[in-house]
Amino acid sequence: MFGINAEVQQKRQLQRANRVKESVGDRIFLGFIYLFLLFLLAVILFPLIYIVSSSFSSPLAVSSGQVVLWPVDFSTRGYEVALSNPQIITGYGNSLFYTFFGTIISVTLTVAIAYPLSKKTFFGRNIIMAFLVLTMLFNGGLIPTYLVVKAMGMLDTRWALLIPAAIGVWQVIIARTFFQTNIPDELAEAAELDGCGDLRFLWSVVLPLSKPIIAVLALMYAIYQWNSYFDALIYLKSPDLYPLQLILRSILILNTTTSGSMDAKTMLERQQLADLLKYSLIVISSLPVLIIYPFVSRYFTKGILIGAVKG
Amino acid sequence: MSILEANKPALQPSPAIAKTSQFKLARRSFKRHWQLYLLVLPPIAYFIIFKYIPISNAVIAFKDYNVVQGIWGSPWVGTKNFNAFFSNPVFWTLLQNTFFLSLYAIVVGFPIPIILALALNEIRQGFFKRTVQMVTYAPYFISTVVMVSMIILLLSPRLGIINQALGVFGISSIDFLGNPDFFRHIYVWSDVWQTAGYSAVIYLAALAGIDPTLYEAAKVDGASRWQKIVNVDLPGLVPTATIILVLSVGNIMAVGFEKAFLLQNPLNLSNSEIISTYVYKTGLLNADYSLATAVGLFNSVINLVLLLLVNGFIKRISGSGLW
Repeated sequence: MFGINAEVQQKRQLQRANRVKESVGDRIFLGFIYLFLLFLLAVILFPLIYIVSSSFSSPLAVSSGQVVLWPVDFSTRGYEVALSNPQIITGYGNSLFYTFFGTIISVTLTVAIAYPLSKKTFFGRNIIMAFLVLTMLFNGGLIPTYLVVKAMGMLDTRWALLIPAAIGVWQVIIARTFFQTNIPDELAEAAELDGCGDLRFLWSVVLPLSKPIIAVLALMYAIYQWNSYFDALIYLKSPDLYPLQLILRSILILNTTTSGSMDAKTMLERQQLADLLKYSLIVISSLPVLIIYPFVSRYFTKGILIGAVKG
Repeated sequence: MSILEANKPALQPSPAIAKTSQFKLARRSFKRHWQLYLLVLPPIAYFIIFKYIPISNAVIAFKDYNVVQGIWGSPWVGTKNFNAFFSNPVFWTLLQNTFFLSLYAIVVGFPIPIILALALNEIRQGFFKRTVQMVTYAPYFISTVVMVSMIILLLSPRLGIINQALGVFGISSIDFLGNPDFFRHIYVWSDVWQTAGYSAVIYLAALAGIDPTLYEAAKVDGASRWQKIVNVDLPGLVPTATIILVLSVGNIMAVGFEKAFLLQNPLNLSNSEIISTYVYKTGLLNADYSLATAVGLFNSVINLVLLLLVNGFIKRISGSGLW
């Protein structure tokens, strides 16, 4: 015990000594590094803070451009308008649906192929892996894929967002690498000797041991589902199936606001509200992701790194 | 570093017992792992249906596709669709727009995450470092729709904060998105804003993996921080950076549809129309399936060739490529 403590102390002293030894040039250089990082921090934070602050300002303050950094005339009017819009509520509900079921389907299918591919005794694993990786290098393209989805009868159904993009090859590689390095072969052999089948072993031994990788996969797929709009744009026609992102697109980018004949004052009010609504919508739609982000970024990093080692 | 390489030993039993043993191995494996073979059926069906059938469907690029006769029944037309695309004046514009957008994105987007990682690596572990990492990483999780909306709001000529700031200096407001000259800058720099922190993660991991004795040796030699970065950190990043560069150069013609499409408007179309947005418009909006497929196929083939070329080139000069 004492020995270790002494060693630690010695190390600390050494570190301190090293820090003192730093030359003037090094210190100036380090100063520049801190300045550079502070600059980056400001550049990244400013737009985010600006959007959030605008969303909490009054309609007039936003449309007359008074907001610079902090909310002006604090109000939650933008949120009230956003949350009373049936289109947005439907979109939110749909997105939750797609994210929840899409993630379950994707994770299940990914594990179903990644686990067998991780076993050395699984004959044909290299051919299957090559078969998957090839799809990363070459694909049929937009229209040929669209024709398949159409032939499957999935056009304008919820399936179109759940199935055609269900498995990511990258995610399969990550999961396979995890299984290879974390599930010892001896464990599987012992289970086999005891008469435990592969599926039961997967369910009651591998999965409980693989919670971290399941979390990584679920997060990757969930965030993809929540954020994507392209599949919905090409496969869906009925507005009541639209995910939130597609509704955001029509409100935020295409600027579709219903306007009939009305007097100038209401017009102006509407215009102001429409401006404010955009900021609140951005916050509302990014909220779920940004709330879980601090807790999950660690897992995400892990995922990238596992993939990178073998990728 | 290869996906396939790691498994090669399993495929190569000792040469003396080559073929028959391979067959026996297969039979034994099927018998032993029949449950797993059942398990992989749905995912394999997925890949066949949604990845391989589309590849075979791409034959409509050589046909005059119509819904009644279907994919295989429609008449063959040889390279008519390709000729139509190549002789269309829009061809060179699309090619240039796609290529320059991508090239610009690589020139800016490749070094910045490396610089960020090197800078983060220099500062002490602690609150500030964690905050910088957390904040620079966060924009990666913002959706494309929201990202583009933010760009439009911030750059709006009417009330965008950027134009207001310019107004303070007496510069009259600029319609950034309505001017084709700004399109590439907006696209690329917003991309850097969104992904630099995310891309830096992989370099940070590579830096953490550098042999500590190298740093000690540098210290003994009296190297300054700068010299240490140039002589220890940078060489340590070369393998990772090479792979990322190969991938991005190989994908230079595969600019994603999502962001360019949303940033487009009739005013900036001369610079913002790229191959993927053109495929979408010809194929799904104008319902010219064969032409759109031909354009997409042309793009995929160019991509594949580029990736193979770049990989081969890098392999020749550095000895390590993607595979």
